[in-house]
Amino acid sequence: MAILVIAEHDNSSIKAATLNAVTAAGEIGADLHLLVAGSGCSAAADAAAKIAGVGKVLLVDAPHYADQSPENLAALVVANAAAYGHIVTAATTIGKNFMPRVAAQLDVAQISEIVAVESPDTFVRPIYAGNVLATVQSSDAVKVITVRATAFEAAGEGGSGAVESLAAGPDLAQSKLIGRELTKSARPELTAAKIIVSGGRGMGNGDNFHQLLEPLADKLGAALGASRAAVDAGFVPNDYQVGQTGKIVAPQLYIAVGISGAIQHLAGMKDSKVIVAINKDAEAPIFQVADYGLVGDLFEALPALLTELG
Amino acid sequence: MAAFDVDYLEVKKEKVLKILVPVKRVVDYNVKVRVKADGSNVDLANVKMSMNPFDEIAIEEAVRLKEAGIASEVVAVSAGVTNCQETLRTAMAIGADRGILIQSDVDLQPLAVAKLLKAVCEKEQPQIVLCGKQAIDDDANQTGQMLAGLMNWPQATFASKVVVAGQQATVTREIDGGLETVEIALPAVLTVDLRLNEPRYATLPNIMKAKRKPLETTNPETLGVDVAPRLKTLKVAEPPKRSAGIKVADAADLVMKLKTEAKVI
Ligand SMILES: Cc1cc2nc3c(=O)[nH]c(=O)nc-3n(C[C@H](O)[C@H](O)[C@H](O)COP(=O)(O)OP(=O)(O)OC[C@H]3O[C@@H](n4cnc5c(N)ncnc54)[C@H](O)[C@@H]3O)c2cc1C
Ligand SMILES: Nc1ncnc2c1ncn2[C@@H]1O[C@H](COP(=O)(O)O)[C@@H](O)[C@H]1O
Repeated sequence: MAILVIAEHDNSSIKAATLNAVTAAGEIGADLHLLVAGSGCSAAADAAAKIAGVGKVLLVDAPHYADQSPENLAALVVANAAAYGHIVTAATTIGKNFMPRVAAQLDVAQISEIVAVESPDTFVRPIYAGNVLATVQSSDAVKVITVRATAFEAAGEGGSGAVESLAAGPDLAQSKLIGRELTKSARPELTAAKIIVSGGRGMGNGDNFHQLLEPLADKLGAALGASRAAVDAGFVPNDYQVGQTGKIVAPQLYIAVGISGAIQHLAGMKDSKVIVAINKDAEAPIFQVADYGLVGDLFEALPALLTELG
Repeated sequence: MAAFDVDYLEVKKEKVLKILVPVKRVVDYNVKVRVKADGSNVDLANVKMSMNPFDEIAIEEAVRLKEAGIASEVVAVSAGVTNCQETLRTAMAIGADRGILIQSDVDLQPLAVAKLLKAVCEKEQPQIVLCGKQAIDDDANQTGQMLAGLMNWPQATFASKVVVAGQQATVTREIDGGLETVEIALPAVLTVDLRLNEPRYATLPNIMKAKRKPLETTNPETLGVDVAPRLKTLKVAEPPKRSAGIKVADAADLVMKLKTEAKVI
């Protein structure tokens, strides 16, 4: 049976995390069909057809898919599920929102945030904030899966799948989007960045956070992240949060400044290739995972670092 | 109790807004769990258990809605072993009016819990089910959405602000790019994120009072729900450990090493 991957998009392009989900689905095997449901989203469907490994793109274009509301999106997926043995999407806030609804309506389990595919019915997923990896086997007829993007490479280009239009489902009109407040930034997206500079409570306040970390991020072409404590204290918006309940990242370089290294924070960044920690407390747990630790006051270390970077 | 409930409903017909809060008993968030030597499961012997932190936030929010005169009753429900009673007592100490224990020794997976909650919803007829966004043991992040799907109710997940007015809830949600606000009709399922509120500490008098609040016990058989697990855990393992690296002398040393040794800048 074929595999259905539900794409995340902004009607014109496909979101990066979907490319990782396509790779995970490809490891399961079989034909990959990519569902692009949106409003005025034919450009996104065309982009989807170019993803390597995608056999067919299913395009559903109707106004009531504009906001990707979980009720309408889940109903659409459920209505088209019969032909598939696996239904896969990225574990983004959109995927986490609608996918369990799909699973429940199909009366199957969901396998959340897989990090490895062992076989078509067996997958590895982190539990306990990533302190344990569980290998789980599903006995359900349809496997409903969300994918942790950082655990799989992004699928490349080079596909030449056909785009097929599919009938829209009904508008359930169960929720209405009032507005979105999206963080605007010229910096790379956290989950896609090669380098991340992340600040914690040790930054002291929002002004310090911006004045000290932004120049460093700019110099390195890095994204900015934060601990929960920094977000809760209002230094930066919620979408900066890295961790068990924030974003999961795995850049080439993660620089943690004034972050103690609580397990919930480590859960979100310990798969980074190289970790640097700057902290004045030599006993801070962050040093247990850091490749390079700088013990010292960040208010001295950061300006010095900027100077050294030239 | 049944008679009392009927009277209560009669009197307050127009102003009844019942909130159901599912609370899970989990390993305390400060505990770093270990894997059993045979890799069959995590070792939970003598480990401190607590209410899932998100569920504490959900209870707090429900109690605040009651204190604001918007909700009329807050019912906590927990599915699992007999000791989940403690979790329900904690919920009642924060301010839930009563508790329901769905007693089962089976490993209850999110789909099973959602079905149990559906059975409870059909009996209790709440207008709002306020779940945690995820349980910090299985990190599944499913149950609330599954319940909404089974009930065919609207859902608003990852809430950082909830406003209830009449038969409607306006919910601010934490999403990858920032925040979004949705309006949903009740009844509905909401799941809460960390920043929704800061749960109060239960005071001693409230802990004492909670001991006398009604706690009803039922089980999956009585509710007519098949809770057999759909996922089998073949093994568990600890992820590869990162070895601690080195301490650098200063910023210059750090930059040099990042350039020449790690080659990441
Ligand atoms: C259910 C749950 C989920 C959670 N999810 C997350 C999550 O997703 N992400 C997350 O990050 N947290 C999460 N947390 C919170 C987590 O437990 C910690 O409280 C949090 O990560 C601490 O943030 P911090 O390291 O910035 O602050 P702190 O622990 O207060 O550490 C601040 C550090 O800054 C250092 N410092 C202070 N001043 C200076 C200075 N001048 N120079 C150098 N160093 C300095 C200190 O030595 C200290 O190590 C969660 C908690 C719970 C209960
Ligand atoms: N056994 C349970 N008993 C009561 N509530 C639960 C149980 N399991 C999950 N929940 C609820 O569902 C939420 C999400 O859990 P999960 O889907 O397991 O991550 C939790 O925060 C609880 O509100």
